[in-house]
Amino acid sequence: MAVRVQREDFDLGKELAGLTRGNTAIGGVTSFVGLVRDLTDDKGLSAMTLEHYPGMTERMLERIDSEAHDRWPLEATLIVHRYGRMEPGEQIVLVIAASAHRQAAFEACHFLIDWLKTQAPFWKVEEARDGTAEWVEARDSDDDAAARWEK
Amino acid sequence: MKLLYFAWLRTRIGIGEETVEPPPEVRTVADLLNWLPTRGANFAQALADPNAIRVAVNQDYAKPADPILPGDEVALFPPVTGG
Repeated sequence: MAVRVQREDFDLGKELAGLTRGNTAIGGVTSFVGLVRDLTDDKGLSAMTLEHYPGMTERMLERIDSEAHDRWPLEATLIVHRYGRMEPGEQIVLVIAASAHRQAAFEACHFLIDWLKTQAPFWKVEEARDGTAEWVEARDSDDDAAARWEK
Repeated sequence: MKLLYFAWLRTRIGIGEETVEPPPEVRTVADLLNWLPTRGANFAQALADPNAIRVAVNQDYAKPADPILPGDEVALFPPVTGG
């Protein structure tokens, strides 16, 4: 299990290979990659900047990761979350879960991204092409998605 | 006590962090959220809706009744929007 918070982009193929290499107990790997989406409104998105709370971010990601390992029989997990300025189409977040069987891998991956979205201290500010910047509002649908995993 | 502000709380208050000595009657997170707006219009405006504020004490989410101590790092921020 590992978490990384970084400015740089990541390579899904490399990360996936690195995580599973040498562990033949793994029978299935599930990954989720979040991308910067262009807003559909007429202003258009020129870029997005992610701010975070260094220290607490790593702490929360480690806790979320550890919670997934408590709930599912996982062989390996990885969370990579970027911060800084990103343009539409760029990768923001990567979650990988590997297990002996697919069900645990699918469920844990889903859990990790849902929980991360409501717990990890990141904030997005969107820059429109006209130069205005707006902080993204938290969405109730994200809370609802995370609530599904509450025990 | 070290206070940190993130996202629109930082931009509305105008600073990212500061060191403060709240009066002795400020003992909990809720007390702090009541005291801060008395420090100026920027604080009063940024903290007008307490439901929109999340608080972490020493990098852990805290509830209104949780205690705060002079050496603590207390962060105030809006609901998170990562992922």
